[in-house]
Amino acid sequence: MNKPVKQHLIDPEICIRCYTCEMTCPIEAITHDDMNVVVDAEKCNFCMDCIPVCPTGSIDEWRVVNTPYSLEEQFEWTELPEQEDLGQSEAETGLEAIDEAMAALLAEAHAGAGGKAVAPRSAAKPSVNLYTLGKPAVAKVQGNYRLTDDPDHDVRHIILDLGGQPFPVLEGQSVGIIPPGEDESGKPHLPRLYSISSPRDGERPNYNNISLTVKREQGGLCSNYVCDLEKGDEVQLTGPFGATFLMPDDADARLLMVCTGTGSAPMRAFTMRRQRAVGGKSGGMLMFFGARNPESLPYFGPLKKVPEALLKQHLVYSRVDGQPKEYVQDRMMAEEEAVAEMLTDPNTHIYICGLKGMEEGVEHALTNIAESIGQPWAALRDVMRSEGRYHVETY
Amino acid sequence: MLDLINVSYDTQIPNNVGLSSDKKVLKALEKWHPGYIDWWNKLIPQNFQESLVYLRTAVSVDPKGWAKFDYVKMPEYRWGVLLAPQVEDRRIPCGEHAGEPAWQEVPGEYRNMLKRLIVIQGDTEPASVEQQRLLALTAPSLYDMRNLFQVNVEEGRHLWAMVYLLHKYFGRDGREEADDLLRRQSGSEEAPRMLGAFNEETPDWLSFFMFTYFTDRDGKMQLESLAQSGFDPLSRTCRFMLTEEAHHMFVGETGVGRTIQRTCEVMKENGIEDPYEIDRIRALGVIDLPLIQKKLNLHYTLSLDLFGQEVSTNAANAFNAGIKGRYQEHRLTDDHKLTGDTYKVWDIVDGKIVQHEVPALTAINMRLRDDYTRDAAGGVGRWNKIIEKSGIDFELKLPHEAFNRKIGVFADKLIDPEGNFVSGAEYDAGEPNWLPSHADGDFIQSLMKPEYEPGKYARWIAPPKVGIDNKPGDFEYVKLAMA
Repeated sequence: MNKPVKQHLIDPEICIRCYTCEMTCPIEAITHDDMNVVVDAEKCNFCMDCIPVCPTGSIDEWRVVNTPYSLEEQFEWTELPEQEDLGQSEAETGLEAIDEAMAALLAEAHAGAGGKAVAPRSAAKPSVNLYTLGKPAVAKVQGNYRLTDDPDHDVRHIILDLGGQPFPVLEGQSVGIIPPGEDESGKPHLPRLYSISSPRDGERPNYNNISLTVKREQGGLCSNYVCDLEKGDEVQLTGPFGATFLMPDDADARLLMVCTGTGSAPMRAFTMRRQRAVGGKSGGMLMFFGARNPESLPYFGPLKKVPEALLKQHLVYSRVDGQPKEYVQDRMMAEEEAVAEMLTDPNTHIYICGLKGMEEGVEHALTNIAESIGQPWAALRDVMRSEGRYHVETY
Repeated sequence: MLDLINVSYDTQIPNNVGLSSDKKVLKALEKWHPGYIDWWNKLIPQNFQESLVYLRTAVSVDPKGWAKFDYVKMPEYRWGVLLAPQVEDRRIPCGEHAGEPAWQEVPGEYRNMLKRLIVIQGDTEPASVEQQRLLALTAPSLYDMRNLFQVNVEEGRHLWAMVYLLHKYFGRDGREEADDLLRRQSGSEEAPRMLGAFNEETPDWLSFFMFTYFTDRDGKMQLESLAQSGFDPLSRTCRFMLTEEAHHMFVGETGVGRTIQRTCEVMKENGIEDPYEIDRIRALGVIDLPLIQKKLNLHYTLSLDLFGQEVSTNAANAFNAGIKGRYQEHRLTDDHKLTGDTYKVWDIVDGKIVQHEVPALTAINMRLRDDYTRDAAGGVGRWNKIIEKSGIDFELKLPHEAFNRKIGVFADKLIDPEGNFVSGAEYDAGEPNWLPSHADGDFIQSLMKPEYEPGKYARWIAPPKVGIDNKPGDFEYVKLAMA
């Protein structure tokens, strides 16, 4: 059997046949008959030039297929076929990124969810892979702020201005940063993935900017490059990536967020989105956030200003002098009843983000809490995941 | 170096034509600018001028930069002069000069013909804004209001595009023509707009959707043929305008589609199978399908008149001169000169409607109209799919081209929508079923109540399937400044 491929399609129910995409396509991969405008899978090279010019949004459709739909098949459609179930391998059958290397990275990050990731039902439609290695976006650094006081934990809040370039993002998506220079074999470096920590309407509302939360890793090529960026520097970006680790567009949905370190980036974006979209009345957000100590917890200052009505916080420390070590899973157990109550609510969405090492402990805590209410965790988790309510992104 | 892709803001007028180093044209445009702003400010009710509208502004003409969305107050919209990138070694695509290098300056022998085409095109742009000036007062949602304003500001930009060409290439009389574009007014007694269809008021939202679907589509076809012009600056201007025009088609097609959708839903909810139970359907606050057919008949036939006479020497001359091409000229495989070819046109012979062959050169208008009809039929097919899906037995149809015409061989003939000659009495009896009556207009008017709450829609129209710029359903497309 052939390896599944990603195919670019146009939604015939939404398309109005203006042929702007067809005129824009630099390689004439788009054509039409009297019924439909269609993309030739043999020609399309995913350059994305046609995406922003479409007045309807019908152009941004993708399917993973074993055999691409032919032009003749597409001409006959009155609606887009559903995505076929091609199995559980996210790297091969997911649509988190068109770019294979990025898709593989994200699939690995999502592996802890125990199965193929699904976006929340009410999530907004993400744009994916608008910018590529060959055609990156160029962002200008607007600010680089240190978030931590711990000298061994240099975590930065980086603000990037996209200027006039369309760069639509949703909370929970990531971008790739291409570090300058070449590797040993003389090839340009591949992009590294970073979660966006700002909401969809910009770090500053209605400015075309995004923020990232980046920790300096010893010897890390890209993290040192990013952490040393200065205001005015230019950065090459790919993406956005990610199509499932997204928040529900539903003011009544409840969010249970568990994170450590820079895993707080998407949680910050979620919280800001809620705050801007529904304001104080939202509620329903509970966060367990772990770090070594307050000095190394990113956004410690700003978090203290977030009202409890919006976000109930548990900041948990594992290295505070004179106190016993406490990890996020310990606090989850201590808050067993609150967590259990959320697990029983079909409106609850769980997000776990941080280092791979946190997965086991959190999984263990969730297993215990689920059992305490008579729910086998593996089964509950699979249901939640398949409903787009359980999300893991760990590195 | 002159940056011809990205928009430069170093003058008051955003542009990608190097205005800052073209002092003469810049001065002329800056002189014209206050009159334009004045025209805009007087046109649209004040509280909408002060509202923040989520609009698309082109920041460059390459694919990734022409659709930047943001909140803007309309009078502060960055109208500008934007031309599609110059194609290297472009050739005149048709007529007796076919194959020669495209003109970068106005060819002297065709100066007047070119100017007239540009003025006619330019005159329609502000006219439609004038026709639609009061619609926001009855917008069925903030989403629709935003779409209306997007159409309006882009028609305004299209006026700019034509005015630039007049100032840049036609000297003093070009400047006078540019001033006249602001002097004429849609529906005015003393100085009406040049084309009849642009002097009718757009009284309600269904008319607006029909107008953007049928009449703006004529505009699209005209732009398509001017985009094939051998006069390169006109071609580049029109090519960029077409990308914007696509949004107007979208507003029309989805607007009518959503109206139909809602009618079908409400009929189903109330167990109405027969689309002709008009009183019951209207009592439920939605627009009956037969009335939508009547509106379609009206707007389609009015728009056909915009194509002019079926057989036209003016059109032949423009084609032959290489000033105006055919729809998608570059994809046609003939000799692009049409010297020996013929084309089928409608005619009336011995009281019968017939088609016969005439020299293709003289049938340029007819050919563009045929392309238009084919293009327009596409959306009607989609609308029928909506009806079909809901299980209601009704089919919308484009009427025969001979019906209800004021220009061309069928002008003022008594012909029914099927294309049959009828007597005066038969026509009078049929007309209430073919064209919207005053009572029909009053009924539609009675539904036109504004809905200004984000995410809410007036009862007679369904919400869109997809938001603008992928925005969620309750997005506040217009932040209203309430006076």
